[in-house]
Amino acid sequence: MFLKLQPRGEASKRMSYLSPLLAGILTLVTGGIFFIFLGHDPFHALGVFLISPVSDLYGFAELCVKAAPIMLCAVGLALAFKAQVWNIGAEGQLLMGGLLASAVALQLIEAEGFWVLPVVLLSGALGGALWGLLAAWLRNRFNANEILTTIMFNYIALYLLLYFVHGALKDPDGYGFPESAVFSDSATLPILLEDTRLHIGILFAMFAVVASWVFISRSFVGFQIQVLGLDSNAAKLSGFKHKRLVLLVMLISGALAGIAGAGEVTGPIGQLIPSISPGYGYAAIIVAFLGRLHPVGIFFASLLMALIYMGGELAQIELNMPLAVTSLFQGMLLFYLLACDVLINFKIKLNKSQVAGAEQNTVGNA
Amino acid sequence: MNGQTVESSDTHYRLQLKGITKQYPGCLANDKVNLEITPGEIHALLGENGAGKSTLMKMIYGVTKPDGGEIYWEGEQVTIKDPSSARHMGIGMVFQHFSLFETLTVTENIALALGDDAGDLEELTKRIVEVSKKYGMELHPDRHIHSLSVGERQRVEIVRCLVQDIKLLILDEPTSVLTPQEVETLFVTLRQLAADGCSILFISHKLNEVRDLCHSATILRGGKVTGDCIPAEAGATKMAQLMVGDDTPISTDYAKSAGGEVFLSVKDLSMLSDDPFGATLKRINFEVKQGEILGIAGVAGNGQEELLAALSGEHILDKAETVNFADTAVGLLDPRKRRELGLGFVPEERLGRGAVPEMSLKDNTLLTGFLQGLVSFGLINQAKTEQFADKIIADYKVKTPNRNAAAQSLSGGNLQKFIIGREILQNPKLLVAAHPTWGVDIGAATAIHKALIELRDQGAAILVISEDIDELFLISDRLCAICDGELSPSKATTETSIEEVGRWMTGVFDSPQDAA
Repeated sequence: MFLKLQPRGEASKRMSYLSPLLAGILTLVTGGIFFIFLGHDPFHALGVFLISPVSDLYGFAELCVKAAPIMLCAVGLALAFKAQVWNIGAEGQLLMGGLLASAVALQLIEAEGFWVLPVVLLSGALGGALWGLLAAWLRNRFNANEILTTIMFNYIALYLLLYFVHGALKDPDGYGFPESAVFSDSATLPILLEDTRLHIGILFAMFAVVASWVFISRSFVGFQIQVLGLDSNAAKLSGFKHKRLVLLVMLISGALAGIAGAGEVTGPIGQLIPSISPGYGYAAIIVAFLGRLHPVGIFFASLLMALIYMGGELAQIELNMPLAVTSLFQGMLLFYLLACDVLINFKIKLNKSQVAGAEQNTVGNA
Repeated sequence: MNGQTVESSDTHYRLQLKGITKQYPGCLANDKVNLEITPGEIHALLGENGAGKSTLMKMIYGVTKPDGGEIYWEGEQVTIKDPSSARHMGIGMVFQHFSLFETLTVTENIALALGDDAGDLEELTKRIVEVSKKYGMELHPDRHIHSLSVGERQRVEIVRCLVQDIKLLILDEPTSVLTPQEVETLFVTLRQLAADGCSILFISHKLNEVRDLCHSATILRGGKVTGDCIPAEAGATKMAQLMVGDDTPISTDYAKSAGGEVFLSVKDLSMLSDDPFGATLKRINFEVKQGEILGIAGVAGNGQEELLAALSGEHILDKAETVNFADTAVGLLDPRKRRELGLGFVPEERLGRGAVPEMSLKDNTLLTGFLQGLVSFGLINQAKTEQFADKIIADYKVKTPNRNAAAQSLSGGNLQKFIIGREILQNPKLLVAAHPTWGVDIGAATAIHKALIELRDQGAAILVISEDIDELFLISDRLCAICDGELSPSKATTETSIEEVGRWMTGVFDSPQDAA
């Protein structure tokens, strides 16, 4: 190796902001190369992928439609990650939110009134929150690793949803298709822009961004969450309630993901179908880190992630590419972000002597 | 000292530094430092934290490179490009913080540190036994590190240096973790090593030890050499003045106090440790009165951590009446409730319990200061928190650019002043301080001692747990010691002696029930 990594001594602030940008650029370059190999003009292809989707008002509206659930999930995840609670289960919490919201919306299909929608959305939040709390309880009670439990709960949630959409919640007049009845207007999110699908979910998401910002930086509970994540011993000595905080962050992040799920079924979809999320909950993990776990960062990262989703769809239509191109770009983004994050704590040096490098490391660990 | 004649002529230095300069961003760490060591000499490098001792050592050991100046090794000018070449030249170093793997054996650890030079493990084991016998450092090569005491771990580090052909041994604050008896044993080893011709560079700020052990001393302050002397002749006061400058008061005697009403009482405290390798507390009884300082001596790992956890509320006890603050039984209360009842707590780990390393001083003020009206309706009162942080920094002369500096950017002494200040300014009725001046420079230690005495005189009950016997004798009104989870009886400081407390530390006392 001609290059070696040298510890910086202290984390570079500048690099922690530059790293997501660098990761974005590297993703673009790699994506371009990838398009060349597939026989496309890379600039045209990247244009189709990243610019065409938002070239008109409708595209912009769609961007917000997709960004909203990602943003909601990512804001909640960031909170959990700050407490070093590794909630990988936003997808499952989103699905449970969608499922419970659908169940309630179908119960209220005849009902009318302003109260219907809040009830439906709150049941979504409840569904997600309970799903999150379950993992938190397992961690507190049995010391079960939440990474594993939340991932497994994602699958359970998915199959629960499929079970109900094929069974109890299936539309009796739906000719046997695995879909629920279409929700009533009272249980559907109002549209913000006419002739688009842009619904008020994006407002919820933006509210969540601002609220979580205030919560984490101004409230004492937010402070406790940060202390817990940075230094659990200090938190313990100060008498901060570890288990309660874990429950709280899982409750909040679950509820936000649940609202995201409820927003999908009561918004652009309008009914319960087998696939209510193209992996928003997973994408939100990338978004949370890409946004440096900071609400403002998450806001922009969500828009970028939504753009990648739309670009993937458009590339499918215009360039005859498989939909997997979306996952590919997501994966590259995360990959490069993790790689670039190494530079926050390390700098790259030309290696003059390998022995020196090895010894330096042992001393550094002393 | 031990009959070893030090060559007085400058014909044959083992190591000679000429005009060594090292510039770090914003700080001149070493400014034209000169230093000479002859074979068989024990040379002290004295200085407060931040004086540039570590930087200088790191350059000798090849960890960093000087910006200017020359290094001569046995008369020849050399560039020490990295620690491994330093080792090959015959330089060994024992760091203050050990780099040992707990789950590996002594031999395995040493083999890892030596890398390619380790050779055959069986050969190495023999060599370890041989070396440790020769220098009176009992050490079993097959034992796992986690089962060793701190003193034994240090031996592993020293033996690691000695299994190679060693000509210069550098020790960074080696005595800060040892009991008086262990220190004596270490000194015997070092003297023997020196008698065999090995040069020793002994880094310390404990003047008595330097006077006992070292043939000569170089004193650093602010990166510059402020003087060279023969410790045996110079006297502690002169060396201290060279270290801290003329404007810092050095040591004082503090008046002892008898105290008033009992505030903290611990009754029949027995508990198992949360840590599988921890000590079990056995029927501990003691009291701390208002306006007195009770000192608990003892070697690390004899139950101090468990006792501290039982007092802070990190370990909730089975019975409320085991720990009492005045008339309130607090054994079942969590740390926050105990704070509400007047507990202030200074933990052993400054970074990582006393303060969150990555957080600013302002946020670290909030960490335990939240009961001082810094939070209203669940929201942090930024202005008040900033005020409180500024007050701590000003009152306790914490050297920092401002309150937004991260805790980890402060030197140990400054951070400790900050933590002590934070606790004291909350007007605790009981302050529990663990190793309050561990690894702290004289200036900061004096400031901390003064602050504790002042708090005592205001009527607070203070419990100090420390491994530093001199410190305990200096500030405590009453003393006892902990050994293997049992507490010795306590005696007024004026009525006991270092020897007696030293015996208590090794477990020689009647019955723990006598402790009052």
